[in-house]
Amino acid sequence: MSGEAILIQGARIIDPSRGLDRPGDLLVCDSLIASAGEPVDPASLPGGSRVVRAGRRWVACPGFIDLHCHLREPGHEHKETIATGTLAAARGGFTAVCCMPNTEPAIDSESMVEYVLRQARATGCVRVFPIGCITQGRQGKVLAGLRELAEAGAIAFSDDGNPVGDPHIMRMALQYTVGLGLPIINHCEDHSLSAGGVMNEGWVATRLGLRGYPAAAEEVMIARDIALAEMTGGRLHLAHISTAGAVDLVRQAKARGLAVTAEATPHHLTMNDAWVLGRRDGGAPSPQPLVLSAYDTRTKVNPPLRSPADAEALAAALVDGTIDIIATDHAPHAITDKLVTYEEAAFGISVLETALGSLMGLVHGGLVDLPTLVHRLTVGPSQVLGGRFDDLATLRPGTPADVVLFDPDEEWTVDVGQFASKGKNTPLDGCTLKGRVKLTMVQGRVVFDGMGGAI
Amino acid sequence: MSTLQPVAEPKVTQTGGQCRRHLLDLDDFSPQEIEAVMETADGMREVLGREIKKVPTLRGKVIVTLFYESSTRTRVSFEQAAKILSADVINVSADSSSVSKGESLLNTALTLQATGADFLVVRHPHSGAPYLMASHLERSGVINAGDGWHAHPSQALLDMYTIRRHLGRLAGVKVAIVGDVLHSRVARSNLWGLARVGAHITLCGPPTLLPLDLLRGAGAEGGAYLPDTVAVETDLDRALDGADVVMVLRLQKERQQAGLLPSLREYCRLWQVNPKRLERAKPGALVMHPGPMNEGIEISPAVAHGSQSLIEEQVTNGVAVRMALLYMLAVPGREEAQR
Repeated sequence: MSGEAILIQGARIIDPSRGLDRPGDLLVCDSLIASAGEPVDPASLPGGSRVVRAGRRWVACPGFIDLHCHLREPGHEHKETIATGTLAAARGGFTAVCCMPNTEPAIDSESMVEYVLRQARATGCVRVFPIGCITQGRQGKVLAGLRELAEAGAIAFSDDGNPVGDPHIMRMALQYTVGLGLPIINHCEDHSLSAGGVMNEGWVATRLGLRGYPAAAEEVMIARDIALAEMTGGRLHLAHISTAGAVDLVRQAKARGLAVTAEATPHHLTMNDAWVLGRRDGGAPSPQPLVLSAYDTRTKVNPPLRSPADAEALAAALVDGTIDIIATDHAPHAITDKLVTYEEAAFGISVLETALGSLMGLVHGGLVDLPTLVHRLTVGPSQVLGGRFDDLATLRPGTPADVVLFDPDEEWTVDVGQFASKGKNTPLDGCTLKGRVKLTMVQGRVVFDGMGGAI
Repeated sequence: MSTLQPVAEPKVTQTGGQCRRHLLDLDDFSPQEIEAVMETADGMREVLGREIKKVPTLRGKVIVTLFYESSTRTRVSFEQAAKILSADVINVSADSSSVSKGESLLNTALTLQATGADFLVVRHPHSGAPYLMASHLERSGVINAGDGWHAHPSQALLDMYTIRRHLGRLAGVKVAIVGDVLHSRVARSNLWGLARVGAHITLCGPPTLLPLDLLRGAGAEGGAYLPDTVAVETDLDRALDGADVVMVLRLQKERQQAGLLPSLREYCRLWQVNPKRLERAKPGALVMHPGPMNEGIEISPAVAHGSQSLIEEQVTNGVAVRMALLYMLAVPGREEAQR
């Protein structure tokens, strides 16, 4: 012990990796977890140690791992950088983020993976794990050098917003990576069915006269990919599933014992397509006149916000494990990307800094219990990545101290002006959330201090 | 940044339009407000019949038409209406302005507001464009002259005015709206307006040109957001049965090319309003079309130019109704039609 100790006193310690949920202390020494749960006498600590008194009911747990975010660097630094994106992650309680390769140029070569890793080391404040492309230039035509990308440090493969449209290429990607242990992540959207749709097909789209993007556009490709995963034995991970039908498909695949995993985003779990009307409620059809804030471009996201019944199905699937993880799909955009008509606006929501607050709504609403939620943000993502980050998703003594401390009950009002992210694009701006990150540590180093102290 | 913050002002008014600044759709119109438009339009029609068609009512007001889509009748109609009321009218079209240099809709709107425009009459291919403008403009009013598939409120009001002139009422009138409902802003605005005043509406078209949620009916969520006087029908004969009014919608030929229809021939055979199909409607039923027509596709020439057709009168009434709208928006607190 060299004077670098941090003691969190009197928290609810939740460690899903060991089924631990008990009140206690958490001690971090020399960048590692020293103890979790057992009482620690502060007098026993060396001088210079920091003692953090947790508030009543505060939770200490492994830092969250985000399997799906967009850091925009290189190429779109006006939307986000690795520096601002990882700071936003830290403020959201995330200690590791996996960044999508839809950069400019795309992350489809070893040198691009190395560039991102180097930038992350130089400017990032949380761990950054790059996701490599499935196909060269995300064009869907020729496989990227998947095994070389893996050697360089890519932890998964995805063409991000570009679905792998050609079933043969998808088959080859799944088959080529057999044995590698890294998932092929597909954004499932059949473009001929989504057909330029900008929001969920349904009564709200009809009401607004906006082109609909039906649930089936997502589901038909999920069904295809499941069949291909079954045939090849490849590792398939489904990005941001958003419909009840998608949940059913994944449930059936798991029942057949397939190595298929799926993620859901905080927004698809907690919002619905009536948000496009400017509403912030349960989303039941109503003949109310439109308000001036209708066509809220901050709600435009791909896949689109779905019906309330879809959101309910996602929450149930999160609880029963059909949905393995929560991923943010953090998609920061410049203000001008959203100050246009709904049709023109960019897809995407800035999520990292509101994720916990909105997800806690599920807990406060009695839909999900807290240990399950923490599991889907920690152990879940590590397992999707083949268990290689299990040391980061635990409070087991001796593992790196990637830790988040949060107050599940603090109410706060979202103010995008306070965001670390350059992306101010969230329909939650001005909304009150209940649940707030207080402290985030990566390898024992405090990267976000929401308790009044400086970083 | 400050100019980019939405203006916190409700669009909804319950007071007969006396504090309405924007005209975005008819979904927030009360029956009284619709009736007030009709009565004011009666007065305006009288002005249109004069030898010298000019009144000073809007002298000193600046009205800019901003059209991002081509249009003949709507743009000319608004311009005519404004000029008869002595407003100054400036026409901006997307292809001959800064829009073609890439200026955003919002910046164009702010620029026009800064030049002193009292009203922006906007036509835009994207649904919701007028809402974007209205929520960011502090001084200028926004008049929706058609946005995407969403709304075309002045068209719906002129349609309702035309019906009222011929039938003497709107309540209880049975209206069939036929054709490409899915892509039609005219259908949507008429639906809200007509429902407000107690008319019965049947939407009719090929299943692929009806919104799926309406086609599938009251099963899942269908229709709970629509007034209960709205019905959906794919069979033209049933839709026309006993109709007082038949509104025919334009069918863009591209819909067939996009795979939404097997062929124009089949469309004509099943959904074209021709003399034989029209026999299903009430004798003397009114035939209307918002234009521009594809004669021989959605409507046969014999019906378009037949004795029951009000298509030309709709255009004339459009000028009177738009005069009424401009007047009511620009002169708050009016009691009755101009002189």
